[in-house]
Formats: sequence, structure tokens, C-alpha cells
Amino acid sequence: MSDPDQFRRETRAWLEANCPPGMRKPMTSEGDTYWGGRNAKFSSEPQRVWFERMRDKGWTVPDWPKEYGGGGLDRAEHKVLREEMAAMGARSPLSSFGIWMLGPALLKYGNEAQKKEHLPDIAAGLIRWCQGYSEPNAGSDLASLQTRAESDGDDFVITGQKIWTSYANYADWIFCLVRTDGAAKKHDGISFILFDMTSKGVTTKPILLISGYSPFCETFFDGVRVPKSHVVGTVNRGWDVAKYLLQHERAMISGMGERGVGRPLGQVAADSVGSDEQGRLEDPMLRGQISTFEIDEAALSAAAERAVDLAKAGQSHPAFSSAMKYYGTELNKRRHEILMSAGGVDALEWESERSKGGARPRAWLRTKANSIEGGTSEVMLGIVAKRILDLPGA
Amino acid sequence: MALVLTEEQSMLRDSARGLISDKAPVSHLRSLRDSKDATGFSRELWKAFAEMGFSGLLVPENFGGSGLGAVEAGVVMEEIGRTLMPSPFLSTAVLAASALTRGGSDAQKAAHLPKISDGSLLAALAIDEGAKHRPLQTKLKAVRSGNGFKLNGAKAFVVDGHTADLLIVAARTAGSAGERNGLTLFLVDPKAKGLAVERTAMVDSHNAARIEFDNVEVNADGVLGEVDQGGALLEGVLNIGRGAVASEMVGLSEEVFGRTVTYLKERKQFGKLIGEFQALQHRAAELYIDIEITRAAVLKALQTLDGDFANASAAVAVAKARAGTTATRAVQEGVQMHGGMGMTDQFDIGFFMKRARVCQELFGDSNYHADQLARMKSY
Repeated sequence: MSDPDQFRRETRAWLEANCPPGMRKPMTSEGDTYWGGRNAKFSSEPQRVWFERMRDKGWTVPDWPKEYGGGGLDRAEHKVLREEMAAMGARSPLSSFGIWMLGPALLKYGNEAQKKEHLPDIAAGLIRWCQGYSEPNAGSDLASLQTRAESDGDDFVITGQKIWTSYANYADWIFCLVRTDGAAKKHDGISFILFDMTSKGVTTKPILLISGYSPFCETFFDGVRVPKSHVVGTVNRGWDVAKYLLQHERAMISGMGERGVGRPLGQVAADSVGSDEQGRLEDPMLRGQISTFEIDEAALSAAAERAVDLAKAGQSHPAFSSAMKYYGTELNKRRHEILMSAGGVDALEWESERSKGGARPRAWLRTKANSIEGGTSEVMLGIVAKRILDLPGA
Repeated sequence: MALVLTEEQSMLRDSARGLISDKAPVSHLRSLRDSKDATGFSRELWKAFAEMGFSGLLVPENFGGSGLGAVEAGVVMEEIGRTLMPSPFLSTAVLAASALTRGGSDAQKAAHLPKISDGSLLAALAIDEGAKHRPLQTKLKAVRSGNGFKLNGAKAFVVDGHTADLLIVAARTAGSAGERNGLTLFLVDPKAKGLAVERTAMVDSHNAARIEFDNVEVNADGVLGEVDQGGALLEGVLNIGRGAVASEMVGLSEEVFGRTVTYLKERKQFGKLIGEFQALQHRAAELYIDIEITRAAVLKALQTLDGDFANASAAVAVAKARAGTTATRAVQEGVQMHGGMGMTDQFDIGFFMKRARVCQELFGDSNYHADQLARMKSY
């Protein structure tokens, strides 16, 4: 790479000059996240400016190759950029399952035509993707999925149902697991396929959750016709792609806690429970919980840093993302339990202006899905036991 | 800096592991315990440590050492943790070498550091007085007298205090218990008049002493650093010690865990390997994750000690607290998963449990460091 100190100086200067002040504050509502897509709207002018500047620099996907709309940064440079953005509190300019999940899978398994067709549109935020993995009878046991893709000339005809499809009702395209060989063993008859959500036969139905939000949908396919050229990788080898993508999904979910960082928990708690004359929280048990939490959070953050460095040194275990997913999600649930306890009665309001529409309890309830989505905590522990510890019969 | 060991650090680890696993497996500790060895460690092995350059690891090069840092000290401590080797490495090569290097005058450095490096001088740090680690609560009094000071009071949990040729003693020269100002570090000859050392046999069969000071006279040139201003020096040295003990706990945790996973793959009950039971698989997986995360936190602290010493306290508190809870969990699961065998003296697991308990207390347990972190963050 270039001289690291020089790259850091240049990056800092560019961010200082280009990141609008409004984009350097913690996100407080759903509208603060820009997801892109055909129907996307910016919630503010600074959000648009920031997104466009970062897009033009290739920094919506800093580590993707430039030919696909990325920034072409190596790992070390990417790390510097992340550190500099974190240091100034700069928001991510574009949130996208295309970036976090599909992109890495396409870079590894996609053919050149697929990369050229999809990656630049992901980088530019033009197409919003959703993930069609889980089904009503295929949750933790994902490989038992039953959505059928039947061969018909140059097309597959897809029929079945997906569930827990995040933001399917807003998505433009879907990356989807379908069964292309019903006779093979369950892992061997699956293909990974891409199609437009406006295709005939696709319908979505949002699911109301305990948080009062509907981030997930049921997604129905009734004879959806998709060209066979839309299969990523080899037909019937989709499980390889699916597993690779899941590693990225798990890395993404394990990072959710860190992304949610706003004011330090100790200060948030001090607002509601008060402090004694020495500045210590009036609630000593809560104080202990918070500092124990912060110890674990700092340790996880070191582990995330180390995981990147180990990968760079070629020393990482491919299943380690499951370990990080497990710990990160359990930790994020703890953060929100602490926030609820710190807020007391004030954290129980559900609809008032004062409570920003019950933002805190709704966020608390949302985190309960962290240890379910992308593979439950129990599945993660099973993977660690089997693939890393090599325990018998797991 | 990448959060992994450099090539040189990996080589240091390999050579330390080679020596320690060869010369001082857990059976070495067991035989020292069973023979009620008066020294409590092997002087011969300490000589071998010196010949390998380990005793002078942190001693600056111009005083005969290697001039390396906390990461390297941690690398050796981790290997020590794997076999529970009793050794003056922590007391002498880490704590005393750091205190002298950071606080010593040229004369003090010249007098002691070369001897630490060549293995001929053993030293011990005397800090704690009560049941818990509370360095600011130091009450041992040093009052000016003639050209020097007179020390009165008592110290406990002085690691390797029974064999030390040199003591580094924290005393109060001003202020009252709880205050940071008014602390002074002294270099004291253990043979000085009025000083009484009692070796304390500890649960972990490692070495510690209680020391009483009855009008012990120390010359003015025995002051390490500045009078009344020893608090910062002490805190810095303790942070290095905390990082080192945290590393020992990482090595200890990983070793216990490795032995436990091996057992899960060998022991059969109900016609199955017990490692097939999901109840045990998930607990083993959680422990593995705990250890890996702690390992990262400890390396982070060690690197911060080397790169940004003045601002390392938070990272050190995180590391020591995490290492304490992780080691506690590792040894508890180790004994539990070994079943009745884990409770027998014949089996090694118990040694790890005992050592983990001592390492928890040493330089502040997990609760102490959680409290410290909250103070640092003003809540």
C-alpha cells in the first residue's frame, strides 16, 4: 500500500472537508439510515451530499475493486478509513445487504457478467437487495428448504414461500436459495439464484413484530420465471455460496452492537438514576453491570480488530465469524437490557413524543432477534463445537 | 499495529515454550510442593532463564538486557501459565526491572539492573497490606530520620518475598490512606535490621511472603523515584504487572481448556463420548469464545502499554478483569467436565484452579478493575 501515515492524513483531510456536520452524529432513527434502491428517498440534504461524495470516491464499498465501483483499498487502507470515520463519528453513507452479503459472495462465486451487472449498481446504491433464505419449515435447519425451482427450457420456474425476508417489501432484487434437485441429499440440491422482485408471481406481506415494527416479510413465489443464467456458482452447489455468504452476514450482525454506539452507557444511566457526590452512579449494582458490560464490549472490539488482522495474516479459522456472531449478539442484548434498566419507567413509554415514539423499548425488543437471525446462538455454538473444537457427533 | 504477534514475538514464544514445557511441566510444580522445597522454585531453571535472555527481557540494553516490552513479557508469562511453572520471572524480571528502569537513578539502575539481567539478583515488590489489593490505601509509614527514613508497618502477599535480595516497598511519606499523593517507593535490603520475612504457603504452591517492618532504616539513596510522588510510578509498574498476570491467565485458561476438550473426546458414558452431549458442547464453545476474546483484549493492553504507556490504564483494567473471569470460568468448567477425576489431587486440573484464584487476587481482581474502569469513565 501507499505510505500508511500519508494515507491517514489524506483520508482525514478528505473526510473533514466532505462529511457534512449533520452526518457526524449518532443515528437516532430509522430515517437516518440510507438504504438506496429504485424508490429510495433521502431524509435530508446532508444525507444526499454525503452519500454522493462517498459514492463518487468508491467509498460506499471501499475494499471492492475499482472496476466494480469500489474504492480499491487494501485491507490496511480500509482499516485506516474505518478508524478515521469512527474517530469523527461519520455515519455509514449507505446501508445495504448488497454490500454486506451479496457483494462478497458475487466477488467470490459470480461470473464476470454477473459481477458487471450487479456490483456497480450495489456500490452506487441503485438496487436494493433482500435475502431469501429462511422458510416456515427451514429456520435453524436451513438446508431443509423446500422452495422449488423447476427446469423449463432456459428458465427455472420458482414456487414456494420464504419468511423473515428483511425489507422484502422495499427490495428491488432478491438473492434466493431454491431447491433445484428434490432427489439429492438436502445440502446437494440447492441453488443460489438472483431475480427481480417485480417479476410476475412475487408477493410480499410484512410481519408485525413485538417491537411494533415490520422489518421482515413473508415472501411468496407463484411460478416466478427466472433465466438459468441468474444462478450464481454451479447449479445444485448453492449451499457453498450460502455458507460463504452467511459468514459475512454473521460478521455484519456481530458488528451491530458497535454500530449502535451513541453516548456512553454510564452517562445515559446517570441522566435517570443520578450520581453521588463522587460522581458514581447512585445505583451501585447497575454501575457494576455497566462497567462489566463495557469491559466485555472493549474486549469484543479488540477481538474484532484481531479477527481482521488474523485474516490478513492467513491465520483465521473460517468458522470464527460464528463465534463473533454469538458473542456480539448476546452482548447487544445485554446493552439494551441495561438501557431499559437505566431508563426505568421512562423507558417504558411506547408512543409519546417525549419518548421519540418509544424508541428505547422498541430498540430493546428489536435486539431480541439478533441471536435468532442469521443463525441462532445455539446454531453458532454448535458450529464452533463442530468445526473449531472438532467435538464428536456435533 | 496489527493485533497479532510479530514474527520475532512468535519466535520468543516458541523458545520459551520449548524450555518451559521441557524443564517445567506441571509435575515440576507438584514435586516442589510435595518435597516442601524451601525455595519454592528451581534456581537452576532460573539460571537457564537468564542464559536464554528471559530475565533481562525488560532490562534496557545498556544494562545488559534486551530492552523489550510488555508484549514480550506477556508472551513468556503465557507460557509460564500453561505449566504453572513457579519462577521469579514476574517479581524480578517484570516488576522489579520495570520499577528500576522507570523510576531508578543512574546509580540504582547500574547497581541492580545488570544483576537482574544475568540472573544473580532476585527482587520483590511489596505493595498490598490488607486482604484486597488497594494500593492507594498504603499505610506502611516512612518517616524522615537523619539522612534517611524509618519504615514501620507490614506487607502481605509479597510475591517471591521469601527469596528476594532486594525489596521494592511502597510506603506512605505524607497524606493519609486513600490518597495518591504522599506515596514513595523504597529499595530495601531484606537483611536490614527490624525487617522480618515470613514465607506464606499459598493455596497454589507458589511463593509469597508477609513482611514486617519495625523501625527499618533506609538511606536517602534508597528512594526510588521522588519522595511523595511515587503514586504514578507505582501505578505504571502495577499496570505492567497486571498485563503480565493477565497473560499468565490466558495461558492457564487455554491449557485447561485444551485438556478439557481432549477429555470430552475420550471419556465415555451412556455408551457415548461425553463430547457428543450438546449440554457440554455448548458450554465448551462458549468457553472457547470467551478465551479468544480475552486473548485479544490482553494483547491489546500489552500493545497499549508498549505504545501509549500513559494512557494504558483502561485497556489494562479491561484485560485484567476479563482474564480473571475467563480463567475462573475455564478452571471451573475444567473441574466440572472432568467429573470426579477433576477433584483428585492426582489429576493436574486442580493446580490450575488454585493458581487461577491467586492470579485473580494479584494486583486487583475483576471487581476491582471493573470499579476502576467506571471511575476512569466518570460514572
